[in-house]
Amino acid sequence: MKQALTRELDYRDLAWTGLMYALTLAAFAMLLWPLFTVFSNGLQVLSWEFLLASPANAGRSGGIAPILASTLAIVLTSLAAALPLAFSVAVMLTEGFDPEGWAARMLRCSLDILSGIPSVVFGLFGLSFFCRQLGLGYSILAGGLTLACMILPTLARSMAFSLESAASAHRAGGTALGLSRQSVLWHVLVPVALPGICAGIVLALTRGLAETAVLLFTSGYSDRMPESLLDSGRSISVHIYDLSTNVPGGSPNAYGSALALLLLLAMLSFSVHAITRWMQRRMTGTTTRSH
Amino acid sequence: MTPATLSLALSKRQGWLFWPTLSLLALMAALVIFLIVAFLLREGSPLFAQGGIARFFTDDGWWPLEASFNMTPMLLASLYLTMGALFVATPLGVAIALVTTFKAPARLAQLLRNLVELSAAIPTVVYGLWGVTSIVPILNMWSPPGASLLAGILVVALMIIPTITILTQSALQTVPQAYIQGSAALGVSSSQTLLRVVIPASSQGIFSAMVLGAARAIGETMVVLMVCGNIVQVPTSLFDPVRTLTANIALEMPYAMGDHRASLFVAGLVMLLLVSALVALGEWASMRQRRMAP
Repeated sequence: MKQALTRELDYRDLAWTGLMYALTLAAFAMLLWPLFTVFSNGLQVLSWEFLLASPANAGRSGGIAPILASTLAIVLTSLAAALPLAFSVAVMLTEGFDPEGWAARMLRCSLDILSGIPSVVFGLFGLSFFCRQLGLGYSILAGGLTLACMILPTLARSMAFSLESAASAHRAGGTALGLSRQSVLWHVLVPVALPGICAGIVLALTRGLAETAVLLFTSGYSDRMPESLLDSGRSISVHIYDLSTNVPGGSPNAYGSALALLLLLAMLSFSVHAITRWMQRRMTGTTTRSH
Repeated sequence: MTPATLSLALSKRQGWLFWPTLSLLALMAALVIFLIVAFLLREGSPLFAQGGIARFFTDDGWWPLEASFNMTPMLLASLYLTMGALFVATPLGVAIALVTTFKAPARLAQLLRNLVELSAAIPTVVYGLWGVTSIVPILNMWSPPGASLLAGILVVALMIIPTITILTQSALQTVPQAYIQGSAALGVSSSQTLLRVVIPASSQGIFSAMVLGAARAIGETMVVLMVCGNIVQVPTSLFDPVRTLTANIALEMPYAMGDHRASLFVAGLVMLLLVSALVALGEWASMRQRRMAP
């Protein structure tokens, strides 16, 4: 109290505050180091030719065009497989099942467990179920389906969240107009929740793009341009792993690929922010929609 | 076709099919976890049948080609790595959370929070690439070979700092404003308020952040595969190369056959149980913390 009145310096307070700032500074220096390294090394490699050429000499030279194509095919396959399931889960959780009933509880619990599973375990499962049991082999389809299992909880949760917030605001209105539950869902809730659903899809896309361990032994290693979903295809994260550990002298191109991946992720998350902002504007009603 | 026209077609002609179809698809989604456990059990069952779990601790060593499946060194490596990463990441993550929530000016705090979220979005393989080309050579100058337990601890710590920071921030926000004002009214300095009032009041939440960070660290595969050297041994120093359970799965799965393959599926099952237990513990602690919120 005396200190506060006479405005003497409290050295202990100063020391602790200094320590907190010092730790924060150290942490950020460390967190920014990988980003800095990727940008400084990647910018020397990244160019249009790099994005449009095929890899040569085990990836040491050439580009990443077939790898980008395989990545896109894997991620789109996983979305196509996971979307109907995630949408059904979200709808059943908000509009279908009794939220406190056993069905909803079981569904939520199973998704919670699923979202905690380490990715290498998904890889094991995909290898034994999709590649061997269903006979898909090492293929884009097998990798995409395994990835679908992994992104399912993320996707279902974000969809359920946006449907839930749409429902709390608009469900009563739809019902008051005498619409059936199904019509309320399609004509009221889904249109209102659509931006949130889109943001969830993009979020799941970024998780799929970043994933390596799942695809390491399900989608294969081939760096040729894939011709069908049953071809083996190497995703960009597997390519980075392979170049940096199995290919001596591969790290310049690994950095080029890493920078390409980071820029792709950055573009996707900017679009999430844009969608979310658009959604908030629409929700608060500052702009009117025209049909 | 827009959802609206699709739904019209659906409701006119086969509306009665709508809810059963959706329930069926939702049921399929719920079945995925059961399918995963069933397949891990089925593929691992040859080993359960002969000798059971005890073999993973009592066999002579990890020589899978000679049917000797002692996983203790890899399990220990996973545990050391996780504890080391927590030891490094917790003070840093909690410090960032305290500074952004209570100390820094609003704009700086927002900038720091965005940077943390940015780091959380970086793919693990990119951290691995950076570890291989930056951390490992530095450690190699200090004490060869460089690819070691310490390299793994440092890179994994960096990866879980965002997790710990974000979860600690939300725990700090549940501390009632009255506690902080009361402490200030008693003339306690701001850092002492944080140390003696805010941190104890949010201890459950910080514990939860650590446990969920540990769950991420122990399940991490790519980084440890890339920077830890992958030699099966019980480490005697931080500079020893090690191989964790997850890295072992990723390394040997492509060529494993028979009992060897089965042992990898058992390792996967162990990882699944371990991580699920950690996540359940973390969620429980975080629920207790949230109950404090006014």
